[in-house]
Amino acid sequence: MTGPVARGSIRRTLFLQLCAIAALLAVAFFFIVRSLAEGAAEQTQDDILAASATAIADSLRAEDGAVTLELPYSALSMLGTINEDRVFYRITVNGETLTGYDDLPLGDSAFATFNYRGDTVRRVQQSRVISTGGSAQQVTIAVAQTRRGMEAISGRITATATAVALAFFGVAAGLSLWAAHTALSPFQRMTQSVTRRGPTDLRPITSAMPQELVPLASAINGFMGRLGASLKRSEDFITEAAHRVRTPLATVRTQAEITHRKLQKPEHKQAIRSMIRAVDESSRSAGQMLDHAMVTLRTDSLDHAQLDLRDLVADTCERLAPTADLKDIRLTQSLPPGPVPYTGDRVLLQSALRNILDNAIKYSPADSTVSVDFAPGTPHRISFTDQGRGFNGTSLSDLTHRFSRGSNVDDIVGSGLGLTIADEVARAHGGALDISENTERTGACVSLLLA
Amino acid sequence: MRLLALGLILSLLASFVLAYEIEDQITYPAPSGETSVLRIISTADRPAFEPILTAFQAQNPGLTIHYTITGTSDVMQAIEAERAPFDLVISSAMDLQTKLANDGFAQPYRSAATDALPPWAKWRDQLFAFTMERAVLVLSTSDFPTLPATREGLIATLRNAPSQFRGRVGTYDIARSGFGYLMATQDSRHSDSFWRLAEVMGSLDARLYRSSGDMIRAVASGELALAYNVLGSYAATQISPSGDIRIVELSDHVNVMLRTALIPTWAQNPGSARAMIDFLTTLKTQPSITSASGLPPIDAGALSANPALRPVRLGPGLLVFLDRLKRDTFLRNWHSAVSRE
Repeated sequence: MTGPVARGSIRRTLFLQLCAIAALLAVAFFFIVRSLAEGAAEQTQDDILAASATAIADSLRAEDGAVTLELPYSALSMLGTINEDRVFYRITVNGETLTGYDDLPLGDSAFATFNYRGDTVRRVQQSRVISTGGSAQQVTIAVAQTRRGMEAISGRITATATAVALAFFGVAAGLSLWAAHTALSPFQRMTQSVTRRGPTDLRPITSAMPQELVPLASAINGFMGRLGASLKRSEDFITEAAHRVRTPLATVRTQAEITHRKLQKPEHKQAIRSMIRAVDESSRSAGQMLDHAMVTLRTDSLDHAQLDLRDLVADTCERLAPTADLKDIRLTQSLPPGPVPYTGDRVLLQSALRNILDNAIKYSPADSTVSVDFAPGTPHRISFTDQGRGFNGTSLSDLTHRFSRGSNVDDIVGSGLGLTIADEVARAHGGALDISENTERTGACVSLLLA
Repeated sequence: MRLLALGLILSLLASFVLAYEIEDQITYPAPSGETSVLRIISTADRPAFEPILTAFQAQNPGLTIHYTITGTSDVMQAIEAERAPFDLVISSAMDLQTKLANDGFAQPYRSAATDALPPWAKWRDQLFAFTMERAVLVLSTSDFPTLPATREGLIATLRNAPSQFRGRVGTYDIARSGFGYLMATQDSRHSDSFWRLAEVMGSLDARLYRSSGDMIRAVASGELALAYNVLGSYAATQISPSGDIRIVELSDHVNVMLRTALIPTWAQNPGSARAMIDFLTTLKTQPSITSASGLPPIDAGALSANPALRPVRLGPGLLVFLDRLKRDTFLRNWHSAVSRE
């Protein structure tokens, strides 16, 4: 029986989707924090640079008709208080450098970042108008600083943001796993409640469940209802068919035997014997087909009943003892002394044992021995050895195929279903059917192995 | 004629290449087969540095050391303008050294030894201090029965006896001495009393000197009663503690100059230069060398023991007093205070 094919997993999909969202958020968090922090660090540096430039601008004065400057100590020392960055400054009056680094580039914008003397620098620039003796002088103050300190701060913040983002992602992934698990637990509960049911329990599911599962449960309930009805119909049909086929056949056979006795002409007797054989064959085939149908039906929902395997074997031998007697066949039993408890389907096991033994008796010549050996253990081995013609090398897989028979049995009534039934029952019980030749003389040995 | 022209060109070239003045150049050949050469340009004179160099060479026997002695502004000229081929620059001019580092002439270096330095003794991992040299008073006890404790006290003492001290107070000519200028600018940062002291010294016809040695000798001869802002380490080697000349550290603040070393970006033997920096910054562990050289090593403990000690802070603040306008203004103010025209 093929089961459903697992393609994808809701839990994995849910988990991966939540993880992807968490990763997205973590990355967004990382970039936002970093850009905010870098902005703040840059703002701090800009503020200090602007304060420095303002301090310088405030100390500008006019002296003897010219602009002069007494650079305040704090203007540059304040830049050195928070980090060890290089500092450059330049003061120009009407474009002429008054003091400072005369190659420090000036620009139009108040703040600029550029490369200067082998380092990236941030430059702030301010303009003042100083009037000297009636003429206005345009003074530009530029203060620049390398960004090592800022990069160090931003590096620290980046490291922290990375750590926090990773931690956030880790926690979110853990929670996603938990959430995916929790979201799917109703499925698991429903699966368990359905699995726990016995083979004949087809009652509808009535337990409380999330609304998303209600349609599925309703569908299962509807399906089980139909299945129950279908099973009932099948069982009824089998019983009905067995009854309808077997009873008229028995009548036909009895009438044919009576007629056989009355007839005198050998050719007429021969015809009736053929008829009786055909009736036997039909009756037997019908029985076995019904058996097989039942086996097929029941293996899907095995009845797990406690039973005594020894008792079952003994019972089967007893039932078939008259058939064996008719052919003068000795039925020897070698059974364990005590009961052998086993969990399985009584009807199926009976059917399997009966079919194997029936086969053994059927293919044995008159006045021979069929021995039944029951060796309990794991697995239990129940062997039926006859002194018939054997299987003549036909393989097990061929023999257990429906309607296939050995290559040397044309003269014996048979449907080819006996071993198929036994094999299916054995497999339904986790066992196997083992077929070999009789080791002592010609004949077959069929063993039912039950785990 | 051709030879003459060639000679002229060569001498012109030489004068161009060697535009900085060299006071002295000493070569210490490698004791056991030269494997590398370390070229040092320094402002420290030979007696102070020779013990250090020979001890360092004992550790590195394959090393030949060329030790070039020059003034602080010549160091600046050699490095900033001419990029002269030196591996290590040692100078007492903290402001100029800072400017060299700030303007990108120094290469960074980190090691266990430099990491162990206190934060105020290094800058940008490019400038490393290895001495702590205090600016002190040198005075004769005959003129100062009670030793002044602060600048205020000193001003009061000088004012009370102008006739006794007239012409007998000496200090650096800060226009000519880098160390004097550095100490004066730092004084001006720390207290207002500096300018009053300058006024008082001006009113007493203070005499100006170019070196600590001259001032100490003048005090020893009785020519001066007081020398202000003398290099303490130098004074300690010159003055016997038993005489009537005293070295006084004022308790309001004592400027501490840090002698620093840096490796130029173009150093040809940076490996040996780094080893030298490690050696210099750990001098405290070798008392025999420091006592022989007379250079007090970096000692963070001394700072906590004497809270008046103020090491000059390395950093962009030092660039302020290098500013041309600032320097001109400062010198003008100082001259107008100290010199009686």
